[in-house]
Amino acid sequence: MKRVYLDYAATTPLHPEVKQEMMEALEGTYGNPSSIHSFGRESRKLLDEARSEAARSIGADFSSIIFTSGATEANNLAIFGVARAHAHKGKHIITTQIEHHAVLHPMEELEKEGFEVTFLPVDESGVVSVEAVEEALRPDTIFVSIMRVNNETGMQQPIEAIGERLKEHQAIFHTDAVQAYGLEKLDVTALNVDLLSVSSHKIYGPKGIGFLYRNDDIHLAQQIFGGEQERKWRSGTENMLGIVGFKKAIELLEKEREDRMTHYQRLSEKFIAGLNELSIDYHMNGKKEEHMPNILNISFPGVEVEMFLTNLDLEGIAVSSGSACTAGSIDPSHVLKAMYGEKNDRIYNSIRFSFGIETSEEEIQFCVERISKILNRLLPNHTRG
Amino acid sequence: MKKPEDTRVVVGMSGGVDSSVTALLLKQQGYDVVGIFMKNWDDTDEFGVCTATEDYEDVARVANQLDIPYYSVNFEKQYWDKVFTYFLDEYKAGRTPNPDVMCNKEIKFKAFLDHAMGLGADYLATGHYARVSEIDGQAQMLRGVDSNKDQTYFLNQIPKEILPRLMFPLGELDKSEVREIAKKHDLATATKKDSTGICFIGERNFKEFLSEYLPAKPGEMQTLEGEVKGKHDGLMYYTIGQRQGLGIGGAGDPWFVIGKNLEENILYVGQSFNNEALYSDSLEAVHLNWLADIDLSAPIECTAKFRYRQEDYAVRVVVDSEKDQAEVIFKEPQRAITPGQAVVFYDGERCLGGGTIDRAFKDGKQLTYLA
Repeated sequence: MKRVYLDYAATTPLHPEVKQEMMEALEGTYGNPSSIHSFGRESRKLLDEARSEAARSIGADFSSIIFTSGATEANNLAIFGVARAHAHKGKHIITTQIEHHAVLHPMEELEKEGFEVTFLPVDESGVVSVEAVEEALRPDTIFVSIMRVNNETGMQQPIEAIGERLKEHQAIFHTDAVQAYGLEKLDVTALNVDLLSVSSHKIYGPKGIGFLYRNDDIHLAQQIFGGEQERKWRSGTENMLGIVGFKKAIELLEKEREDRMTHYQRLSEKFIAGLNELSIDYHMNGKKEEHMPNILNISFPGVEVEMFLTNLDLEGIAVSSGSACTAGSIDPSHVLKAMYGEKNDRIYNSIRFSFGIETSEEEIQFCVERISKILNRLLPNHTRG
Repeated sequence: MKKPEDTRVVVGMSGGVDSSVTALLLKQQGYDVVGIFMKNWDDTDEFGVCTATEDYEDVARVANQLDIPYYSVNFEKQYWDKVFTYFLDEYKAGRTPNPDVMCNKEIKFKAFLDHAMGLGADYLATGHYARVSEIDGQAQMLRGVDSNKDQTYFLNQIPKEILPRLMFPLGELDKSEVREIAKKHDLATATKKDSTGICFIGERNFKEFLSEYLPAKPGEMQTLEGEVKGKHDGLMYYTIGQRQGLGIGGAGDPWFVIGKNLEENILYVGQSFNNEALYSDSLEAVHLNWLADIDLSAPIECTAKFRYRQEDYAVRVVVDSEKDQAEVIFKEPQRAITPGQAVVFYDGERCLGGGTIDRAFKDGKQLTYLA
């Protein structure tokens, strides 16, 4: 059966050049970068090169990159690291209702530990306002964590402006840049952030590797104890294979970013044009401005997501919605709930399509036609009047 | 006739051995099999553990062994509204509900059937021990060949119009054969224990579960003559004919529940298993559903089951179509006919349909325990 993958925001396949690099690394050195002998030095060199590449990609210093097992760990290190090291200055934290679970769930843990967390709402387009952050700020606020680009809607958050406002405040500022990293050129100075999380498997690199950028002035409480790796911010022998692949993925990203964005833009325009041509009834979630073109979050009135997603998969089309909860059933998205409220039908009938470098216009056409076929079967009278 | 590979069969997979083998058999026959797990109840405990998650993992393992796609669908809201609410209401009314019958009627063969059809299914299959067979050009429901496992009792309320769209591959097999097939194919669920009891209660203590949802009103236990024999914990905890948990000591025959007085909150008890007050010679059934084309204008001579896994008894059914109720007259008096349970009619292998037991009578007089 023909299969079309339109879930690149969940994870991306390995770029062929990344795969090549990793195959070579498998054949190459196996030394432990912490070792003092020549084998160790060989690995250490690769590690340093990757760190330089990662640092350069966000305009940061070499010493500010902490490799982790991925963005979940990077977010955990940022959140618990700040909270536990700075609790003496206050116990108030600000975040948003639309963060990834890798931020929301650590925050809920902190609440159990006695921290007070403000989960800021967003407007209907899925964007948090600078004013909301300002109003929530208190003298005892020690930490603010707000994502750069939302993974469900593709909506960009005003990190620069929030960071600017926080300059005069003691609060440490973190952004989860997992979705943004593959799309826009990020610069930690321009963004005014102290901490920033990135994952490799969203940019055609391998799974199991990511990094946390940490401004050298920020003290974090160590979360994983062991050896001296990553200057003790993340003990444990380095995932060298992942790091080598990640480095290559970053190199390619730096080289191709603009072309990729043009490609995504073309695909999303094609997608929307296709829906219109077939008179499919839909509503876009989010808004055009501040929106990243690789993600389309679309509501199809009249069809619940479990029914729609299952049908799409049976037609060979891989997309997603909300987040998988217990027993494989789908919980309404907390992001859409924050945008539209608990009662709006959109939270039950919205689907996320996300495009990647291997997506073709022909695949988009195939997908749109299948959507039309499924809707015609489920809702014979669905087309726009 | 479509070829099997062009025929989509949606299988309701629970993570148990029966539905696993159902999917296996259909896959072997070459059908386009799609496995769906129904999540009807959330029992997540304080440690975040949910039996549905474990069951779904078993569905995933088996589906991967069979190389079929698998998905989940959430019917928690429908289950709560249509099954659990009914379950509580019946207990409140002093009756003994049968949630499995209601689940089949409202969820598995309604909401789930609709879902399957929405996925382009030609058939819906489940692991029930029952058969659908075409007789005289009509789809008929027959008992499963394993008389000990036959589950037509629980299927009596499904509409007959959907029978042509159903498949019950296990209806032709004995339970032991099903286990054998699962073992032979090394299915992940081959040695999994059968689930027992009502699905949403699981292994938990029934009394404790019910008390979380319904206030228990303790009261007196009395004989029919008015002699107080002790206290009861709440009428809803007792079923007609039950012996356990009464705590009445003393000499003579053991004590049994023989009736309830809802208004005065009295539990009637009497001595001996064969206590006369437990026997009735007819019952009134409501919510009638017919799975076969039968002439309802004349009395129907057939057999009936008054509870699951009980043998059939000869009855005569007189239907009042206008009132949608029937008088079921027993050839021999029956012990402990329980309001709220199903009465299901059979003609040989054929399941004719059934209803809900509303009241029981002896010599034309309604029995005491019927509120």
